[in-house]
Amino acid sequence: MSRTEFQSNALTERSGARRLYDWIDQRTGIRSLLRHILDEPIPGGARWAYVFGSGLLCALFIQAITGVALALYYVPAAGTAHETVAYLTKQVWSGSFIRGVHAYGSHFIVLLLFAHVIQTFVYGAFKKRREILWLSGVCLFLLMLGMAFTGYLLPWDQRSYFATMVGTNVMAEAPVVGPLLKRLLRGGEDMGTLTLSRFYTLHILVLPGLILTLIALHVCLFRRAGPAGTPQDDLIKPQRPSQPFYPRQLLMDAGFALALVLGLVGVAHFLPITLGPATNPASTEYIPRPEWYFLPMFQWLKYWQGPRAVIGIVVIPSLVLLLFAGVPFLDRRYERRARKRLFSVVGFVLPLAVLALLGALSYRDDRLDPRVRLQLAHQKDEEARYMKQPFVPALEAYSFANPVPPSPEIVAGRGVFLAHHCNFCHGDDAAGTAAAPRLVGIGEQLSTEQLMGLIRRPNAKMTAGKMPVFVGRDDDLHAVVAYLQSLR
Amino acid sequence: MATQRATLAGVSEGESGKLAALVGRRSFLAMLFSTVGAAFAAVCALPFARYIAYPLYAAGSHSHWVDAGPVSDFTSTSEPVRKLINIEHLDGWQQTVSQQAVYVTRDAGGAFVALSSVCPHLGCSVAWQSNSKTFVCPCHGGCFAPDGSRISGPPPRRMSALPTRIDGGRLSILPPSA
Repeated sequence: MSRTEFQSNALTERSGARRLYDWIDQRTGIRSLLRHILDEPIPGGARWAYVFGSGLLCALFIQAITGVALALYYVPAAGTAHETVAYLTKQVWSGSFIRGVHAYGSHFIVLLLFAHVIQTFVYGAFKKRREILWLSGVCLFLLMLGMAFTGYLLPWDQRSYFATMVGTNVMAEAPVVGPLLKRLLRGGEDMGTLTLSRFYTLHILVLPGLILTLIALHVCLFRRAGPAGTPQDDLIKPQRPSQPFYPRQLLMDAGFALALVLGLVGVAHFLPITLGPATNPASTEYIPRPEWYFLPMFQWLKYWQGPRAVIGIVVIPSLVLLLFAGVPFLDRRYERRARKRLFSVVGFVLPLAVLALLGALSYRDDRLDPRVRLQLAHQKDEEARYMKQPFVPALEAYSFANPVPPSPEIVAGRGVFLAHHCNFCHGDDAAGTAAAPRLVGIGEQLSTEQLMGLIRRPNAKMTAGKMPVFVGRDDDLHAVVAYLQSLR
Repeated sequence: MATQRATLAGVSEGESGKLAALVGRRSFLAMLFSTVGAAFAAVCALPFARYIAYPLYAAGSHSHWVDAGPVSDFTSTSEPVRKLINIEHLDGWQQTVSQQAVYVTRDAGGAFVALSSVCPHLGCSVAWQSNSKTFVCPCHGGCFAPDGSRISGPPPRRMSALPTRIDGGRLSILPPSA
């Protein structure tokens, strides 16, 4: 049997599937759509340099799926956010892994964004009728950073709380609108449960909606302009022989996506994601540090104090941003080859180098200051210790269906607990913070007499941890012990 | 057949062979792509399936005996005594306490019977009607005798009797596990 005959036999054998495909095609035009997508001509042929755009799409897809999964257990309110993240990280099957993929995925996206931007710049692929394409990319870049910023707060642990505190305070430095902007974003003067709702809404509804829309625009504009090809080629009428997207470029894109997924899975598996102890706003020792991609900005802010701060915090970053957005309007010559447009390349690389330098300086500052280094190491230990504790479900005293009020003495004891600021260190509902241990279940370990004794006369270890002597009335002491015993 | 078609379309014999080989390679690649892709996606879906299904595993929390009060509370012989019991159970990431009504009566031998107020039909709360001396479900009109046996209506069986025991003069009830 000749090859051709074999082919035709195979076709007739699959005629059922073919007929179904025809039926769908007549109604949707899927064939021409697929042809349009897959046969896109790439001037100069497929290259590994072109994989970052689709790599970003792939990474965003992973974020969307893992994000939906996280929303399945997460409850965005001050009293529940940390509890539910702890639950899904420590208790739920694969929860730590899925949260790890989502959290590390944000780092991958920032790296890919830089790779995509640098490739586009070096290849001069932003030139000639591609200005709006570039601008939509700049907007996407900023929106992704917005995703990283809003998502960071959601676990509501020490780290995320204080990092966002600093981040939103920076915003308040902007003249005129700054303080208002900060209060709007926080939903008030202080960080609290409304801040979480706002960040959550931005993170899962507003920003993803904008990002999806802009990606559609970005891809449409890209297809309209056509792939730019190599830097030697003409941008409007490519001279080089082209190669269709399918199969070579698709294979490369798929290979890169596979490497991405495997890399993410590997990181999430071998470096399990951690969660710090619950937020303790009263902590004065905690040193917040942002993620590496915000570290340069963090370092930069150190150099600007007093009335001049507005220059460093608002004016210069705005100028850099304008420069970034204005690339296709500033570098307008027809020349694409990087070595022929040195001025433009230097203007692009210099800010990047400054950012890298600032990041390195920040890292060095933290290492050189012994106090900071010790505290950062201590915080890391705290986090590791908290991760080792098993998850303990919080006792919800008031069930939504049928409230069972606790005894009056327990209610009074809770009042004493709050009035004496025990919650500042031991946390709300005595759930524990970085500053002092969790007291839930203490009634099963210590007798009433022991508890009363320790509250009246803290032992050496407690005194070292800044536990004050209780000087209240005996009634209050009895009540607070009853409250502690009720926590199970 | 393919040769014929190609010739009709105005392509020479030699070229049509190349065309067929090309089409064959392309569709083979497409098959390969979709098969490998689907297999890979299936593997990736595994942790998600585990993650989503976790509550089904965690739900099986054991119930424990709940105090329903002193035996002297249940001396009435004419009517079942309605009693609220507090049930502690694990609700996802939190420990909740909810109340449930049980009806305590005595069987022919005088032993305590605790009837769950949850209708065996679709889970509404059954109420005791003292004038008709029956339990009536407000949802679909299921009717039960004072001992919990089914009289009429859609419920498939009698009201559930919960295990009881007497501890130092107090009645304890074992609610169904959540």
